[in-house]
Amino acid sequence: MKLHYEVAGDDFTRAGEASGAVKATLKRLGFPADVIRRVAIAMYEGEINMVIHADGGVADVEIEPDRILVTLTDRGPGIPDVEKAMQEGFSTAPENVRNLGFGAGMGLPNIKRYTDDLKIDTEIGKGTCIRMTINVPS
Amino acid sequence: MTIADVQKILKAELVCGGDLSAEVHNACGSDMMSDVLAFVKDQSVLLSGLVNTQVIRTAEMMDMLCVIFVRGKEPTAEMIELAKEFDIVLMKTPLRMFNACGLLYENGLRGGDGI
Repeated sequence: MKLHYEVAGDDFTRAGEASGAVKATLKRLGFPADVIRRVAIAMYEGEINMVIHADGGVADVEIEPDRILVTLTDRGPGIPDVEKAMQEGFSTAPENVRNLGFGAGMGLPNIKRYTDDLKIDTEIGKGTCIRMTINVPS
Repeated sequence: MTIADVQKILKAELVCGGDLSAEVHNACGSDMMSDVLAFVKDQSVLLSGLVNTQVIRTAEMMDMLCVIFVRGKEPTAEMIELAKEFDIVLMKTPLRMFNACGLLYENGLRGGDGI
């Protein structure tokens, strides 16, 4: 099953809608609770990142019996130093985002924590594509 | 304890429904949703002084049953609608975060493996 979502960049209150919809779909399909939560959290963090840093983007989800693949693509500013961005606590989020409860520098580390595989392709001025895979234990 | 017990202990006002008889064992308190997503595991109750829709979305992502707003914070109409959609109980208490967490801990609620 393939799902596609547009993530609006101008509305922080709606960030998380796509992740919520994926979570509901996985629940309906009967995936294990732990897998569903890992997908939901990792995708939610990615969605928040796209809204905070990249003015939105698109989310594509491939659901297979043995793995869930989430691809988030944006046309934002790109990540100058991925290694730094992967460090817990490193954040370039502005103060107003921190006041909303995010931007603590946990987004990408969290995505890594909850996924089995994470690939980040980023180019300055062009955008970022994040591919995350969550395996379903047999 | 049940969510109804939590309400009683915190002298909290119920904002919107859900199942008050549901059993809860673990809770966490944080205004930083990034930390909740990073460190929390299997907690059913979230105490927060942060007021925006992402608090409700975070609670839903973590399969939480109940969100309590401390320091008398008022959830917005949009948050209440979202909580109803996700079947999450919302409450508010005039207590400060430290005191609210302390009272729940004293009465048997624990922080679990996370924060």
